[in-house]
Amino acid sequence: MAKKYDAGVKEYRETYWMPEYTPLETDILACFKITPQEGVPREEVAAAVAAESSTGTWTTVWTDLLTDLDHYKGRAYAIEDVPGDDTCFYAFVAYPIDLFEEGSVVNVLTSLVGNVFGFKALRALRLEDIRFPVAYVMTCNGPPQGIQVERDIMNKYGRPMLGCTIKPKLGLSAKNYGRACYEGLRGGLDFTKDDENVNSQPFMRWKHRFDFVMEAIHKAEAETGERKGHYLNVTAPTSDEMMKRAEYAKEIGAPIIMHDYLTGGLSANTQLAQWCQDNGMLLHIHRAMHAVLDRNPHHGIHFRVLTKVLRLSGGDHLHSGTVVGKLEGDRDATLGWIDIMRDSFIKEDRSRGIFFDQDWGSMPGVIPVASGGIHVWHMPALVNIFGDDSVLQFGGGTLGHPWGNAAGAAANRVAVEACVEARNTGRELEKEGKDILTNAAKSSPELKAAMETWKEIKFEFDTVDKIDVAHK
Amino acid sequence: MSDMQDYASSLSDANSRKFETFSYLPSMDADQIRAQIEYIVSKGWNPSIEHTEPQNAGGSYWYMWKLPMFGETDVDAILSECEACKKAHPGNHVRLLGLDNFAQCAGASMVIFRGEAV
Repeated sequence: MAKKYDAGVKEYRETYWMPEYTPLETDILACFKITPQEGVPREEVAAAVAAESSTGTWTTVWTDLLTDLDHYKGRAYAIEDVPGDDTCFYAFVAYPIDLFEEGSVVNVLTSLVGNVFGFKALRALRLEDIRFPVAYVMTCNGPPQGIQVERDIMNKYGRPMLGCTIKPKLGLSAKNYGRACYEGLRGGLDFTKDDENVNSQPFMRWKHRFDFVMEAIHKAEAETGERKGHYLNVTAPTSDEMMKRAEYAKEIGAPIIMHDYLTGGLSANTQLAQWCQDNGMLLHIHRAMHAVLDRNPHHGIHFRVLTKVLRLSGGDHLHSGTVVGKLEGDRDATLGWIDIMRDSFIKEDRSRGIFFDQDWGSMPGVIPVASGGIHVWHMPALVNIFGDDSVLQFGGGTLGHPWGNAAGAAANRVAVEACVEARNTGRELEKEGKDILTNAAKSSPELKAAMETWKEIKFEFDTVDKIDVAHK
Repeated sequence: MSDMQDYASSLSDANSRKFETFSYLPSMDADQIRAQIEYIVSKGWNPSIEHTEPQNAGGSYWYMWKLPMFGETDVDAILSECEACKKAHPGNHVRLLGLDNFAQCAGASMVIFRGEAV
């Protein structure tokens, strides 16, 4: 029987709290960590989050009755305690797939992290995880090339790739900048990288940079006989300008370009990723602004969600944190989102903060990039944590070598190869690392000097955002 | 400055030419080669041997030595094929690959016998 219109305010839970609901395989599922205002029942807040992130508003409206809201509404279907924290709880919400435009992570995020995050009944709200059903995954373009294709393009097999971000990040002229790239590449790096805030400033316009860097690549390739690349940052004020820079990078033969997916925006990123796929280009993704969104344990968007969003929007590399370097990143949680980047199926695993099974179907993987305050002494741990399908990126750890970039690059290259060689023969890298590096340094004065330079540098601060574990 | 070492590498010095994984380490001895073969076998990958004139090492395609050794797990049998390839092409780089048919990509690739620099 048809419903009657009854104006006024209803409690959200009458419509949006459905503990008896069994999610469909095609539903998009979300896990929120909710910190409610005092005195508001959990079911009501969870239902409010489901409502405000889907079809609901604060009052009943007559136009609700022109559609089948029971089909379109988000459903809060479960509530759980957060281990170790009584101020908040987890709420699980299921959204029917029909709510979202195909192939648009922009649309999904606009719903799930839209108005609801400013909702007054909440003190804080954090989107912990999203399960994208494979039916939705297959509507997205995803990474332009994927891990195996990148290996074939770059001719790098059976080891992590090595990169280096050029410093100082701002202020170099294009010619001096190209020099810094050339030195790193001839010393044995696979890639050099524009820093994220290098776009096209008055001290170095993009086109000069692209031209000088390509000359550096060509000479280093001729000299070493190996394939080289530099992440040319095409992040720009408008997407038209971004595409112009991407087209030029292709024209001069660059194998890889770079974009900042959060500050540049997801529409631009998705557009660029599709273009890269059509044009055989690799796409490196930087994540400036992520810590604004993901570092507070009670509010924002967890990085594992931003990881899934990037894999759907498209990128071949994504910065993942290092576990061991200067930037924040809990080890188990990091291992969790590294799997989310690379694997085709990831099982729910609360010990690594993964709330849902995630099936990526045939979508290619993304290579995690470990960057930030790492040097040769970290190499054994990095090879152990990240494995072969990774880019290990040493900025200061290359350029800060007492003999310069080429020597710094060679030191890292010898170190990574020594670690891989030892790992393959069954040695335990994190236990025997010192021995492995010391032995490799016997035939590499560059490595020996690097080991002496960075002997004492450690970054041992406690992580702010940890996996939630019971405290009582 | 006197402690600082120059990085010796140039277009005119053929020894500057590298050949990807493990080419920055000293060449492998017999035990080290055996250990890497054991690794490839333990991963379930198909061993494959390729070789090339050193001046042509930059391309994707080297000459295959026979066909990949599908399903071969006998380390001695693999080693003797490597030796046979080296004997037939003494001046060439000889590389050993572990082909991962699930990833459709080489899981390992390393030059085990180095040709003469040119």
